[in-house]
Amino acid sequence: MTELADLTIAAIRDGVRDGAFTAREVAEAFNARVAEASALNAFLVATPDHALAAADAADAARAAGETLKPMAGVPIGMKDLFCTAGVRTTAASHILEDFTPTYESTVSQNLWNAGAGMLGKLNLDQFAMGSSNETSYFGNVISPWRRRDGGNAALAPGGSSGGSSSAVAARLCPGATGTDTGGSIRQPAAFTGISGIKPTYGRCSRWGTIAFASSLDQAGPMARTVRDCAIMLEAMAGFDAKDSTSLQLDVPAWEAGLSGDLRGKRVGIPKEYRVDGMPAEIEALWQQGIAWLRDAGAEIVEVSLPHTQYALPAYYIIAPAEASSNLARYDGVRYGLRDLPDGANLQQMYAATRAAGFGPEVKRRIMIGTYVLSAGFYDAYYTQAQKVRALIARDFERAWEQCDLLLAPTAPSAAFALGEKSADPIAMYLNDVFTVPSSLAGLPAMSVPGGLDAAGLPLGLQIIGKALDEQSVLNAGLAIEERAGFTARPERWW
Amino acid sequence: MAVDTNTVKKIASLARLAITDDEAARIAPELDNILHWIEQLGEVDTAGVEPMTAVIPNHLRLRDDVVTDGGIRDQLMTNAPQAEHGFFAVPKVIE
Repeated sequence: MTELADLTIAAIRDGVRDGAFTAREVAEAFNARVAEASALNAFLVATPDHALAAADAADAARAAGETLKPMAGVPIGMKDLFCTAGVRTTAASHILEDFTPTYESTVSQNLWNAGAGMLGKLNLDQFAMGSSNETSYFGNVISPWRRRDGGNAALAPGGSSGGSSSAVAARLCPGATGTDTGGSIRQPAAFTGISGIKPTYGRCSRWGTIAFASSLDQAGPMARTVRDCAIMLEAMAGFDAKDSTSLQLDVPAWEAGLSGDLRGKRVGIPKEYRVDGMPAEIEALWQQGIAWLRDAGAEIVEVSLPHTQYALPAYYIIAPAEASSNLARYDGVRYGLRDLPDGANLQQMYAATRAAGFGPEVKRRIMIGTYVLSAGFYDAYYTQAQKVRALIARDFERAWEQCDLLLAPTAPSAAFALGEKSADPIAMYLNDVFTVPSSLAGLPAMSVPGGLDAAGLPLGLQIIGKALDEQSVLNAGLAIEERAGFTARPERWW
Repeated sequence: MAVDTNTVKKIASLARLAITDDEAARIAPELDNILHWIEQLGEVDTAGVEPMTAVIPNHLRLRDDVVTDGGIRDQLMTNAPQAEHGFFAVPKVIE
C-alpha cells in the first residue's frame, strides 16, 4: 500500500471520505515526516496539534454521518507570511521574530473553514524578498533535489516561497500556501518539480498577509498536481470586505471544471520570451510543451509582447517603492523588535530598530524604494514605471485578440546552487524575467513540471491566462501534466 | 547619475535606517548599479500613456457608516515592546 504521506490532496480527501483511512492517521504520517526533515530547514515552526485537531474534527464529522468539508482531513503547510492566531508569524525576519498575531489571515481562515489542518509555518525569503530563499533570518531552505553529478551541492528551492516548494517536493505536506509578487509561487514550483498557481489579482484576500508590494501580492496554492492546486485555490479564494482590492465575485468550481481537452483554444507563444543565453534544454522543453498543447487540441500562434524587456526594471521600481511604504510600519513601537540604545531619542530608536531588524536584501529594497519615491525623482522613476506597467498590460490585452492563453518557460534555468547568485543582486533579479510581466498585469499564471534537465533537475512550463480565467490556465496545466507524465521525485537524503 | 556615499546616507536617513560609514561606502556602488540598470526605462516612449492605478478594474466599495470593529485595546497591546497603562511607550519626545 502507498504510504499515506505520499498521497495527493485529492486522494487524501477521497480516502478520508470513503473510510479507507482516518484523517488522524494522515496527520500523524505527515507530522512524522515534518519532524524528520529538519535538514531541509523548510519549517520554522511545527504545529502537529493543529493538524491533529483538524483531523479529529474530520473523523468526528464522518462518524456522525455529516457531509465532509472540501478539504476535510487534509493537512497543509502555511507560508510564514500569513498571520496565524496564537502561532508565531515572522516573515522570516528578525524584526518579527517574536510576533504572535492575535488574529488569523483571511486565506488561512478560509482553509481552516474548509477543513484543512496546519502542519506548521514554512520558511521563506525575508518579507518574501528573494528568489532563492537565501535571505531568511532563520537560514537557507535546502531543496530536496540534488544534481546527478555526485557533488551533493545544496541547491536553492527557489523563492520566495522556498519552504513551501521544498516541503511539498519532499512530501512533508501534500500542499502548501505560497504568495507571488513577481514569481514567488511559480519559480520555486519550477525549481522543485511541483505545480503552483498565482490567481488573478484580487481573487485571494490580502488581509492578514504580511505586505510586500500591495499592488502585486497574491496568495496561491503549491501542490504536486493541477487538481490539487484547483482544490486548494477554491478553498483559499473568495471575496473579503476587509481587503479593498478583493474582487466581489463567486469562486468558480475549478476542480469540477477541469478538462485537458483544449480544442477550440488558441495558445500564444510570446516571441520576446526567447531571451539571449537561454539554455538549450529550456528551449527544447518549451518546444515540447507546444507539441503537448497542440496534441491536446490547441491551436498554436506566435504573438508579440513588445515591452517584455522593460518588465523587470519597472518591477524593481514599483515593488521596492511599495515595500518601502509598507515596511515603514516596523518602528519598534506597536509590535516587533525594539532596539533602544542608551540615551537614544525616538528618531534614533526607529533607525536603530530597523537597522537591527531588517536583513541586507530588505534594506536594499527599502532604500531603492525610498530613493525612487524621493522628491525630484518620483516622476522619472515611479510615474514612468507605472506608465510602462500600463504598456505591459496593454501588450497582454492585444495578445488576447489573437489567443486565449500564453505558454512560456517558468524560469530561465534549473535550480542553481546556494551561494551561486547571492553576490549579484541583478543576476538574482533576472530569475524572474518570465514571471514578472504577468504579475505586473495581475493575470493568473501557473507553473507545472515539464521534465528533467541533463543534471536530473526539474524544469517548469508556465501558462498565463486572461484575467479571471484561472479555469483555462488550470486546464492547459492539466493537458501538460497528462502528457509530461512527470513522476520524478527527489531521493531522500535528509 | 552616480549614487555616492552621501546620497546613501541621505536615503538611509529618510528610510529611518541607521547606517555606518563603512556600510554606506559598500552599498553606494550596489545601489548605483541597480539604479543604472533601472534607468533603461527612460528609453520607453510613454507620451500620452496614463500611469496604471489599478491592475484589475475595480472600484472602492462604499459601506454603511457604522462601527464594525474596536474594543480590543488589550489585544492590540500584546505584541508591543513596551506597553504601560494601556499606552504604547516611547522615549521622551518633548525636552
